[in-house]
Amino acid sequence: MTLFSWPNRTENFVGVGTKAALLALAVFAVAITFANLAVPVGSALHIPDYIVALLGKFLCYAMLAVSLNLVWGYCGILSLGHGAFFALGGYAMGMYLMRQIGTRGVYGHPVLPDFMVFLNYKELPWFWTGFDQFWFAALMIMLVPGMLAFVFGWLAFRSRVSGVYLSIITQAMTYALLLAFFRNDMGFGGNNGLTDFKEIFGFELQSRETRAGLFFASAVFLGLFVAITAFITASRFGKLLVATRDAEARTRFLGFRPEKVKLFVWTLSAVMAGIAGALYVPQVGIINPGEFAPANSIEIVIWTAVGGRGTIIGPVVGAFLVNGGKSWFTGLFPEVWLFVLGALFVFTTLFLPKGVVGTVREAWTTRRSTASRVTKRNEGCIQTKNGDQTQAVAAE
Amino acid sequence: MLRGISVVCSWLIWSFLACSASAQEVDIKPIIAEFAQAKKFRDVEVIVEKLGATGDSRVGSSLRALSDGKLKFRISDGEVFIVEDGSAFDPITREKISIGDGDPNSFKKVKVKNSLRRKIAATLSGLTLKSTSVERRLRSASTIFKNADARSLEALETALVDEENIDVRVAFSDAKAAATLASDRSSDEKLIAIDRIIERGGSDALSLLSRFSIRADGELKTAIDAGISKIQSSLAVWASAQNVWYGISLGSVLLLAAIGLAITFGVMGVINMAHGEMVMLGAYTTFAVQELIRASAPELFAWSLAIALPLAFLVSGTVGLIMERGLIRFLYGRPLETLLATWGVSLILQQCVRTIFGPTNREVGNPDWMSGAFEIGHLSITWNRLWIVVFAMAVFTVLYFIINRTSFGLDMRAVTQNRRMAGAMGIRTSWVDAMTFALGSGIAGIAGVALSQIGNVSPNLGQSYIIDSFLVVVFGGVGNLWGTLVGAMSLGIMNKFLEPYAGAVLGKVIILIAIILFIQKRPRGLFALKGRAVEV
Repeated sequence: MTLFSWPNRTENFVGVGTKAALLALAVFAVAITFANLAVPVGSALHIPDYIVALLGKFLCYAMLAVSLNLVWGYCGILSLGHGAFFALGGYAMGMYLMRQIGTRGVYGHPVLPDFMVFLNYKELPWFWTGFDQFWFAALMIMLVPGMLAFVFGWLAFRSRVSGVYLSIITQAMTYALLLAFFRNDMGFGGNNGLTDFKEIFGFELQSRETRAGLFFASAVFLGLFVAITAFITASRFGKLLVATRDAEARTRFLGFRPEKVKLFVWTLSAVMAGIAGALYVPQVGIINPGEFAPANSIEIVIWTAVGGRGTIIGPVVGAFLVNGGKSWFTGLFPEVWLFVLGALFVFTTLFLPKGVVGTVREAWTTRRSTASRVTKRNEGCIQTKNGDQTQAVAAE
Repeated sequence: MLRGISVVCSWLIWSFLACSASAQEVDIKPIIAEFAQAKKFRDVEVIVEKLGATGDSRVGSSLRALSDGKLKFRISDGEVFIVEDGSAFDPITREKISIGDGDPNSFKKVKVKNSLRRKIAATLSGLTLKSTSVERRLRSASTIFKNADARSLEALETALVDEENIDVRVAFSDAKAAATLASDRSSDEKLIAIDRIIERGGSDALSLLSRFSIRADGELKTAIDAGISKIQSSLAVWASAQNVWYGISLGSVLLLAAIGLAITFGVMGVINMAHGEMVMLGAYTTFAVQELIRASAPELFAWSLAIALPLAFLVSGTVGLIMERGLIRFLYGRPLETLLATWGVSLILQQCVRTIFGPTNREVGNPDWMSGAFEIGHLSITWNRLWIVVFAMAVFTVLYFIINRTSFGLDMRAVTQNRRMAGAMGIRTSWVDAMTFALGSGIAGIAGVALSQIGNVSPNLGQSYIIDSFLVVVFGGVGNLWGTLVGAMSLGIMNKFLEPYAGAVLGKVIILIAIILFIQKRPRGLFALKGRAVEV
């Protein structure tokens, strides 16, 4: 229990940067929603619907990056399978939305979704029961990715599978799910996935208000996730997390249980990814097995890396930068995008290992501490201690 | 005078030859002409039998036309033709004949029905039993065997007497046994025939016996049922042998894809996510070489793979060398970063190939010596699969030799085991790193040459192999070539044995889950290097 004690008040658990970021996110979400709904079409300040849809997607990606950052940035577990948790959350949401279609499907069957009628299902498979209720779907959105992560993590961390081995088996995990979900007789719509959604909580999915609402909800959840990350990393548990990342064996010898630490963040991170997927699906209107593709999961890693792993707002920045770049490039020169993405992987690892936010922060702290050092020197203080501190901050 | 005799003689000879030629033709022609007079199906059948009795292979064309409903006769004079697409042909020589106005109403079709068609088919197969081509005789024997055609029995027996080719004799006796079973001969003869069929075995024999099992009774039935279970159990053995073969073949493909990785990942500890793209580059090199050969020197096509092999090694090896010198050497000791950077390289390489060769699948041709198949017992083996197994083993052997018996291999192992000590002994460690990486990549390139022979070549080729290759290396145990061999083969064979029960996709999923669980149990793979090192 002591692990989760509130951070010391004087430590100010949410840093200034994080506070500013959360505030900026709130302003951004309110402004976009307002500019989309309240400002009349044709006004210079109006934000068209497609931009809202695009930004809503980016917010979901940012959530996903934040969840990956929790395990990779703070705990050193490079997951190449986070897309799987995202997709599972998305499928749980998709199942709820499928049940909401009711008799409005092409075949008009009262219970069975279209693809089941098409594949000659006689009755709803057992694992679809309950998904007509949102509370159950919401539970499953968190429970399914969470349980998978828990079982997988329990097996992996207990036997101390770590480093690249863990990365490779997480990749194998999402690949296995990809293959499984492509099968028609899995009962999840095969390679077409789940689509043609009509409404959510009784609101028309295609309407502007619903879309703006989903966008806003995504922003709220992203803010929540950022706050959770800030809280965890500032708590005593967060210190243990970083200790596990930097020196697992030493942490173990000090009497802690790194596997439990890892299992906790790993499962939490999977639940966050699941929620991101659940918010993503109603906004794009489809979920199919393509989301399980290993390449998608690796892309999440590059968002986090570009933004800055091990920083609280880095992943959000990275997700927006990379995906914004992707939209821009695929619109203008579709051929070039993969070159850019590939170069981004190489460039970031070679020249920007701390990511954009990490590098900026480092430059900032170095400047500030140099400045303070200069002042202190003028006051005639001893400098060596301070120099060490600068290095420690930089190394962090 | 002498001159007169010679003229007479030559005239005699000439007329004799002409006579004998026309004599033969006269033999068939009047019989064919009888079709015009046939009023009932029975009449047609008699004519067919007569034609079959001539034993002349030239009746084939008219019989086939009759079966297809293309044999017609002119109502005005009863002359028989083969009519096809509005033109008429001679029923024997199939030469085109001008028929004046060509009014379709002036012809009448010789009627056929299905029972008659079967009769015709039997007659035709009886005729092909005497064909000069061995392949044709074998084919007709196997048709008779499958259909168990009692009417061919006598034709078979006569054909057996003259037959000299041993393979054909065996096929004829098998067919004879099947025909005997269908005929109304004594049950003693049938029992011998059943023994013969059981001895032949195979799925054809099984379906034949199952058909007769329903009709037969008494001792015949017991013999047939015993035969069925015997063939079934032997077929099960053959089926598992076939699965093992498919498994070995798949295992060789996995081995080829993974063996380069076993060096870069296993020996050097470098995660190269662009490994699959090295395979792809090799495959595209093969494609380019073949295109070049097709354009400039088609006679070299049989050698295209031999030319492509060293080139593919060079292309992929060079790309690997550039990668190591330009990227990976800055990332030693940071495996996760290496993974990401090499993934970036793989994206760039894919897009390069897509830009140069286009996004669609390219087909790489098989040289003659790699196409076709042969059979051992009931095992069908395609040549390209066999060659790939042989090739995979050869690559494995050469690599094993390089690592364990050459001075370069010694340097490589020394650097792997203790880099600083190796450096102190005067080994240029960075040079060894670069060469090892180039070797691993080059091996991936020649794997690409082999893999281009069994599938399409596309920019995504590498991605389809990368996860499998990593699993093979991790499963087999890192840093051990034998582990890679055993890992690849066992994964291949497991996969093929699961496929019939679980389906191809689910089988693969099961394998993946099994490996994930296996790694929990033995995190360092099947053949882990024993040592006292703790992971760092």
